[in-house]
Amino acid sequence: MSKNLQEYWRKNVTFMSFLLCIWALVSYGCGIIFVEPLNAIRIGGFPLGFWFAQQGSIYVFVCLIFVYYAYMQKLDREYDVHE
Amino acid sequence: MSILAWTYIMVGLTFGIYIFIAWISRVRDTKGFYVAGGGVPPLANGMATAADWMSAASFISMAGLISFLGYAGSIYLMGWTGGYVLLALLLAPYLRKFGKYTVPDFVGDRYYSDAARFVALLCAIFVSLTYVCGQMRGVGIVFSRFLEVPVNTGVLIGMAIVFFYAGLGGMKGITWTQVAQYTVLITAYLIPAVFISMKIAGTGIPQIGLGSTVHTGQYAGQYLLDVLDKLNTDLGFTAYTQPGAKSMLDVFCITFALMVGTAGLPHVIIRFYTVPSVRAARLSAGYALLFIAILYTTAPAVAAFARYNMIDTINDKPYAEAPSWFKNWEKTGLIAWVDKNNDGIIQYRAGKPFIGKPKFVKGKTGPLGQKIVANKLTNSPNELYVDRDIMVLANPEIANLPNWVIALVAAGGLAAALSTASGLLLVIASSISHDLYYRMINRKATEKQRLLVGRIMIGIAVCIAGYFGINPPGFVAQVVAFAFGLAASSFFPIIVLGIFSARTNREGAICGMLAGIIFTAAYIIYFKFMGGTKDQWLFGISPEGIGTIGMVINFVVTYVVSSMTKAPPQEIQELVNSIRTPRGAGAAVDH
Repeated sequence: MSKNLQEYWRKNVTFMSFLLCIWALVSYGCGIIFVEPLNAIRIGGFPLGFWFAQQGSIYVFVCLIFVYYAYMQKLDREYDVHE
Repeated sequence: MSILAWTYIMVGLTFGIYIFIAWISRVRDTKGFYVAGGGVPPLANGMATAADWMSAASFISMAGLISFLGYAGSIYLMGWTGGYVLLALLLAPYLRKFGKYTVPDFVGDRYYSDAARFVALLCAIFVSLTYVCGQMRGVGIVFSRFLEVPVNTGVLIGMAIVFFYAGLGGMKGITWTQVAQYTVLITAYLIPAVFISMKIAGTGIPQIGLGSTVHTGQYAGQYLLDVLDKLNTDLGFTAYTQPGAKSMLDVFCITFALMVGTAGLPHVIIRFYTVPSVRAARLSAGYALLFIAILYTTAPAVAAFARYNMIDTINDKPYAEAPSWFKNWEKTGLIAWVDKNNDGIIQYRAGKPFIGKPKFVKGKTGPLGQKIVANKLTNSPNELYVDRDIMVLANPEIANLPNWVIALVAAGGLAAALSTASGLLLVIASSISHDLYYRMINRKATEKQRLLVGRIMIGIAVCIAGYFGINPPGFVAQVVAFAFGLAASSFFPIIVLGIFSARTNREGAICGMLAGIIFTAAYIIYFKFMGGTKDQWLFGISPEGIGTIGMVINFVVTYVVSSMTKAPPQEIQELVNSIRTPRGAGAAVDH
């Protein structure tokens, strides 16, 4: 693999790992591990931990995929590997 | 017009559309049959993936399940959506660039081994077959409940429809019918949800209604979730929004196994081979989850509304004054009431009212006209049996919606079951006709022969699925844990390592897959079929969550064995480099 492509791949993996950290944080962090302390905080009628588990994590999941799509569009062009 | 007449119109109309689509998208070559020619636009693929993924269980049972489980139901909500993030970031773009037709294809080529291909093939068929039996049963149940035909006739009609459009159009036919089926099922899900949200929370957006105050009645002005917490605790259940009896580690493992299992399910992965480019694969994963999220964020709201409505209108009310939907569904045996203390009032409490599903004494009714249950009673003060499925099915009646909405829900349930069934059948057919017949038995097979084998395999798979739909093995519910556990512990690790670690070799992949599958299968078989008890669980992890451990074992074994054996050949290193960059994906399909 050329040096340029190695850099492309490294950037891809770094950004992907960052998104996966958010993925784990909202679902396993907010939705499962810290659900009880977060439930003490309320947003309107929602206990926050419960909201993350049944609503918030899903919204975040959708956003993560579109953010990754947009980032990779840019990265593909930058390294001239786009279709 | 009556509900029955409306249902015949709705179901007839939607089936007509599916058959019409199948006819105009019939195919003549294997590329069309396996991957719809690789020309499906991302938006359409997103809808098709959503329909493919959301089964009869998502449509009919999930909201009811959450309704009874409260917070604990979150494992399904997060588990069945979070996998798409893994799919979009770790698998879909690279598999699309690779561009072959099936999952065993990737495993076989990347690990330059027919043994690895064969193990992957067996897993793909097993996972898909266990899954499809449940779908056929779902078709039969919707038919019997709404169209008043016997379950078996319903299964046969479902088989004929699926065989027609999957056999004729292959992946192309399936894709475009799934787009139509998504439209039908999401409309059918949202209309009752919006109305019931307006009725209870005073807002037309269920996702907001879930966090709003109750609109009318004795709890008016209080937050719905607070009311549910209070009602649940008063009746002896765990508070609705709080974690229940399951240990945190177990919840963690089950959610993880469902996520990774979702990302590893062959009928989901295969959908990303149908789009024209890597860019389209990334984008369509986003659309797919968006379309799934519309239903998955509505479901917990429906669950909460249904639970509130059920307790509010039934509990501690005289049977004689029970609403009409209660008595309608009592007729179907999905609701049953035993007046344990002979006061004529329905008491709903925690615990089972009697043992097993209700069996009624024929031709006899109680003093108030209720059906008499023959089951052995329990000591629990609970007098009410409610099947979780009615939470969605009875919703339109509970919200007093017109008959055509009830008919639409029936058509939606059928769309959900048929779309998933057809996707699964295609995986079975393409695995056998492409991976087994063409790649391993007859490399010289012509296009025509391969297409014929594919169509015959769809026919055989439909018959097997139909047989199990008519004679459901008692273990259908148990084998769902199998499907996810196996997908998580077999495919996922070796596909991910195959993309992200060029050093992973044949020896590692085969050992890893076998170790993951054997461990997971042995654990599930021991606890589900050989009488293993809860106190023997490894670290307190239930069989539903053990796929997570199986996956870790697969990762570790693959990595360790790979680093101790010879590196893969140069051309595999080049293959890995090539799938990491998007350019040139279009050409890869024609191999």
